[in-house]
Amino acid sequence: MRPDAYAITIILLAATVESGTILLFPIIGEILTERSGILNLGIEGMMIIGALVGFATAFITGQIYWAFFMGMLAGGLASLIHAFISITLRGNQVVSGLALSIFGLGVTNFYGQEFVNLQLAHTVPQVIIPGLSQIPFFGSILFKQDYMVYLSYILVIITWFILFKTKTGIQLRAVGQNAQAADAMGVNVYKVRYFWTFFGGLMAGAGGAYLTLNCAPFWLDGITAGRGWVAIALVIFARWNPPYALIGAYLFGAINALQFQLQSMGTTIPSALLSMQPYFLTFILIIVATLLVKAKHIGVPKELGIPYAREEK
Amino acid sequence: MGEIVLQAKNISKHFPGVLANDHINFDLRKGEIHTLLGENGAGKTTLMNILDGIYYPDEGEIYLNGKKVDIRSPFEATKNGIGMIHQHFMLVDTLTVLENVVLGLESQGFYLDKKNISEKIAEISKNYNLDINPYAKIWQLSVGEQQRVEIIKTLFRGVKILIMDEPTAVLTPQEADSLFKILRRMIKEDKSIIFISHKLDEVMKISDRITVLRKGKLVGTVDKKEINQKELAKMMVGREVLFRLDRNPIRRKGEVLKIEDLETHNDKGIKILKGVNFSIHGGEIFGLAGVSGNGQKELAEVIVGLRRAIAGKVYIKGEEVTNLCPKAITKEGTNYIPPDRLKVGLVPNLSTVENAILRRYDREPISRGIFLNYEEAAKYTRELIKQFNIMVPRENVPVKFLSGGNLQKLILAREIREEPALLIAVHPSRGLDVGATEFIRKKLLEERDQGVAILLISEDLEELLMISDRIGVIYEGEIVGMVDIDSANINEIGLMMAGVHKNPLLKGEENVKV
Repeated sequence: MRPDAYAITIILLAATVESGTILLFPIIGEILTERSGILNLGIEGMMIIGALVGFATAFITGQIYWAFFMGMLAGGLASLIHAFISITLRGNQVVSGLALSIFGLGVTNFYGQEFVNLQLAHTVPQVIIPGLSQIPFFGSILFKQDYMVYLSYILVIITWFILFKTKTGIQLRAVGQNAQAADAMGVNVYKVRYFWTFFGGLMAGAGGAYLTLNCAPFWLDGITAGRGWVAIALVIFARWNPPYALIGAYLFGAINALQFQLQSMGTTIPSALLSMQPYFLTFILIIVATLLVKAKHIGVPKELGIPYAREEK
Repeated sequence: MGEIVLQAKNISKHFPGVLANDHINFDLRKGEIHTLLGENGAGKTTLMNILDGIYYPDEGEIYLNGKKVDIRSPFEATKNGIGMIHQHFMLVDTLTVLENVVLGLESQGFYLDKKNISEKIAEISKNYNLDINPYAKIWQLSVGEQQRVEIIKTLFRGVKILIMDEPTAVLTPQEADSLFKILRRMIKEDKSIIFISHKLDEVMKISDRITVLRKGKLVGTVDKKEINQKELAKMMVGREVLFRLDRNPIRRKGEVLKIEDLETHNDKGIKILKGVNFSIHGGEIFGLAGVSGNGQKELAEVIVGLRRAIAGKVYIKGEEVTNLCPKAITKEGTNYIPPDRLKVGLVPNLSTVENAILRRYDREPISRGIFLNYEEAAKYTRELIKQFNIMVPRENVPVKFLSGGNLQKLILAREIREEPALLIAVHPSRGLDVGATEFIRKKLLEERDQGVAILLISEDLEELLMISDRIGVIYEGEIVGMVDIDSANINEIGLMMAGVHKNPLLKGEENVKV
């Protein structure tokens, strides 16, 4: 490999991880939310709320990490709307989730007006991990990133561990597979669902904030550009298992990175066609994932989308 | 006999329109098996759900070891040493036995020490002869094994009082016997057991004392030694019960249904019928026995056209109907009483009239071009109601408000009035009270005497023995045995249902197609 090609590959793959992280947070969140039996289609809305709150906080205070935290929290708070409607009121989760997405777009459109076309002076700083970053090839891709990316690595491991190795994970999976049985065993179905829906919101908010704090450090209406929907599709692709979420997220990250690179190199492919790619790929992945789920009879939490109420005559 | 460990005083519970428990008194002693006997809807399960904290009583008090307790949830019940095993198991299919056992336990730390827990499970298993692999997933286990997991769950939690809601309903006679052994072992360890049932023979076999409920009221509590089966039945139903139905001698006619090497998949895409062969003649009831999940449901669905056969053939009156659409098969003279009344048999939100005409809404005189003739439809419905003694508040009330017995009568009426050559009845009396059950069985016998071929699929061996002319046993998608009613033996059928024993008759192929 010629040195410059090698360098470009590294830059591309590092950018892949960065754009993949925007998706990785919400996918992991939604995996756990759906595992508890709650379908939250409001990711797009929660992400963009997180994106605006993160951007605004950073713009006003200049505190990047504080801004990330606020964006995350904003996503979490937004998810509580969905939690209230689908858990407490036992409403229709599809309708509530769609409403949350539309609400998010609308509310950020309104409050974001004064930030349109403003840029952040500083984005998330790079933090090179000593030692690990020296690993040839992978070191430069994976360990010359920032704290948020490292947080996402840790989250993949932690959520997997929680799901399959802990008491909390058994409760979570039981509630999503057979809420009645979980209730009978003394698990508080409502509490579990509220918690993991909130966690899903935090993660969506984190994904949104990471977008405006790092990858696109400016504000535009609808800046998430459908990434929330892609994340929902990738949850199915990941078959509700956090480590698989990495594959889906980075695959899309790669397309994003490549598209950006091609555009900056002045390709003749129309940019509209290039921008279409991720959504086109979503379709293909969903078909593949659905076939996989069907063939192996696995995955889908049985209580997904079904409100729980104790059986009273 | 031990001291009283649990006492329920004056328990009452209302549901909209029903008084499910009307001032009921009940007590349980240490080391006894106390049976709660009653028909469906007598209030047994309601009373137990109150003890288990699922329902809260409108009136009355519960005492544990002499102390008044207030049980608000199953969780609190467990803390008080009361555990309940429901008819539908409270297990999470995709989790392992071990994970199900620790689900909801507070005593466990955040990280699961699987080795430690599996050792504890092994200890309980050994103590009570509950053989199980703690790392198996629930969906891989048989129903009997799943029940063992439920028992282990309660023992793991140190439960002193175990409530079992109709535990034998899903078991083969042999599995039931092994359950009884486990229960006897448990009372020796000073546990107390409340056993809910409506099967008199097993009640007489297992109980120390028996409390009978009828229509939400307490009839009485008796010692097993001081009562017999007949008196118990009278207490339960409130009148004399026929244990046998009179049956005319069989007059076998021509072959109506013939099944050849039939194979099909279940909903999960796994082959569930593996080459089924049998035939039924007119004027004969062929009973198909088997533990649920061995392919009975799918067999019925293939015959009526609701499921595709992947191999083999179905003939009705000599004509091949394999994989035709349901309507074409109905035209060949097949009618169907499905296992699930409100999901497959009827449309819950439509009225009695609309449900009654589902088989003939497209024929004169009920159909008139593109319009329905509602007068004719109502007239026809009234005929059915009268003929089959169906209790309907008003003809335009959605059928979901009718009782199980009336729903089943309505389906039976609708199907029989089509004058079928072949009638397929799947669990026709499941969940019905004694009166309705008797009615349905009598009607099936009447149809048989009229020359109809009947395929009766049931998990109730008593029912099969009572009205079938021939009994086949299905196990893992194959007919493993076939016996004539005169030589039928309940033990042998039970062994065949469990897959232990194959009918020697079946070794020669020619005997399969009797």
